[in-house]
Amino acid sequence: MKRYSALSLFREGLNDQKGWQAAWRNPEPKSEYDVVIIGGGGHGLATAYYLAKEHGITNVAVLEKGWIGGGNTGRNTTVIRSNYFFRESAEFYDFSVKLYEGLSQELNYNIMFSQRGMWNIAQDRHGLEMLRRAANAMGLNGVPAEFHNETEVRRRIPLLNDTPRFPILAGLLQSRGGTARHDAVAWGYARGADDRGVDIIQNCEVTGFDIKNGQIRGVKTSKGKIKARKVALAVAGHTSVMAEKAGFRLPIISYALQACVSEPVKPVLDTVIMAMGTGVYISQSDKGELVFGGGIDHYPSYAQRGNLPVMEHTAAGIVDLFPQFSRMRFLRQWAGIVDVMHDSTPVVGKSPIDGMYLNCGWGTGGFKAIPAGGFCFAHTIAQDEPHHLIAPFNLKRFETGALIDEAAGAGIAH
Amino acid sequence: MLQITCPHCGPRSEIEFRCGGESHIQRPGPPEDVSDAKWSEYLFFRKNPKGIHFERWLHRFGCGRWFNIARDTVSHEVVQEYPIDSLAPTITEKTR
Repeated sequence: MKRYSALSLFREGLNDQKGWQAAWRNPEPKSEYDVVIIGGGGHGLATAYYLAKEHGITNVAVLEKGWIGGGNTGRNTTVIRSNYFFRESAEFYDFSVKLYEGLSQELNYNIMFSQRGMWNIAQDRHGLEMLRRAANAMGLNGVPAEFHNETEVRRRIPLLNDTPRFPILAGLLQSRGGTARHDAVAWGYARGADDRGVDIIQNCEVTGFDIKNGQIRGVKTSKGKIKARKVALAVAGHTSVMAEKAGFRLPIISYALQACVSEPVKPVLDTVIMAMGTGVYISQSDKGELVFGGGIDHYPSYAQRGNLPVMEHTAAGIVDLFPQFSRMRFLRQWAGIVDVMHDSTPVVGKSPIDGMYLNCGWGTGGFKAIPAGGFCFAHTIAQDEPHHLIAPFNLKRFETGALIDEAAGAGIAH
Repeated sequence: MLQITCPHCGPRSEIEFRCGGESHIQRPGPPEDVSDAKWSEYLFFRKNPKGIHFERWLHRFGCGRWFNIARDTVSHEVVQEYPIDSLAPTITEKTR
């Protein structure tokens, strides 16, 4: 792998940019692998990378139905944060933020992680109480957070509406939160994994599984049968579809989650804002587009497109916070299919089939979890034993009752 | 935007409705015979199909009554509306 550096950039500038090589190969699948990972999104690619790097398992294939990073990894709003309520979530997501902090160096690929801060804004008395509670929980969990009153919020975000319908009472800032270039996360992990010998196979759809006596033997794909000792699922909203082919069910419902960007403008907003009163959030990308979203479309969907009522609600929430954005035009609108668990906590670990592993249930918040999700999932696959950070995120919890209810705990919408 | 035909009020826009999730889930019982696994299955595990989904809807900002629909989760096409107390219809290419 040719390393990227200021020097290589300079050299290629003199060389008419002719010396660059493809960031990853485009191999045909072999007949057998130690590990087959289904899903070439952030989680699948990160898992392949850490399997090779941390555990020396390089006979690995990542099978992707479309193109890598074309699912939820390329459809999210790129926010990275760890402002969760329960200790289990806080430890895991904070580990993810820490991995993100060193990821550009680690991958030798600029993922443009910008720690511009993540604000939660309270807009009524109950929201205020939730915010104080969240601040205390984060403190107890060892995740730094700052609680600020209205005056300070307005001083830091001068663009806010002076007289919104839902008043601005206070804000909770996680200053280590921020945004990153989502495609670069997928591409960086793909390049790193490929360099260590992982085969990334695109346009290869998994159509079934070869299971004997409750043990996985391989997968059937649009490019033929592939034997595998272990199979790992990282397919987000399509996990139920894959599980059905393997003969089991999951506590997942798939919904469409929309996001939109406006036309690009000059820098106006240097942080990420989540309005608790309306459930919408907004940031500005480095290209200048305002990136915003809200809640899911509230009926099961695999359509990868949302409907107008939710988009209208989202736009109304944004305009309430920033009336000056009301005359900006939508540039694009899209949706990703998110896999929502009942307690808004993922499942990472073993499946009911021996040798088959699950990485799913991230709901609307999978992007921020990519590095830690991949790291812990790789450990789980390599050792056949859950990594301690994701041990609580097991499937058994729906039977034992040990749910980690972040929907109620942190008021997180997914 | 979905247009859903309430069996009582006729065709209305989706904003008047609320989706109540998968229909025809039977509560297992009697309670003393229901294992934790079975109870968990009843509470949390869902079919979540890519294709025809039988689901309950509430005409929340209308007549306030529940009914069932069969809807395609890929095209969002509402294939059939039917009463809340009916069994799931058989959906074939013909009935669509």
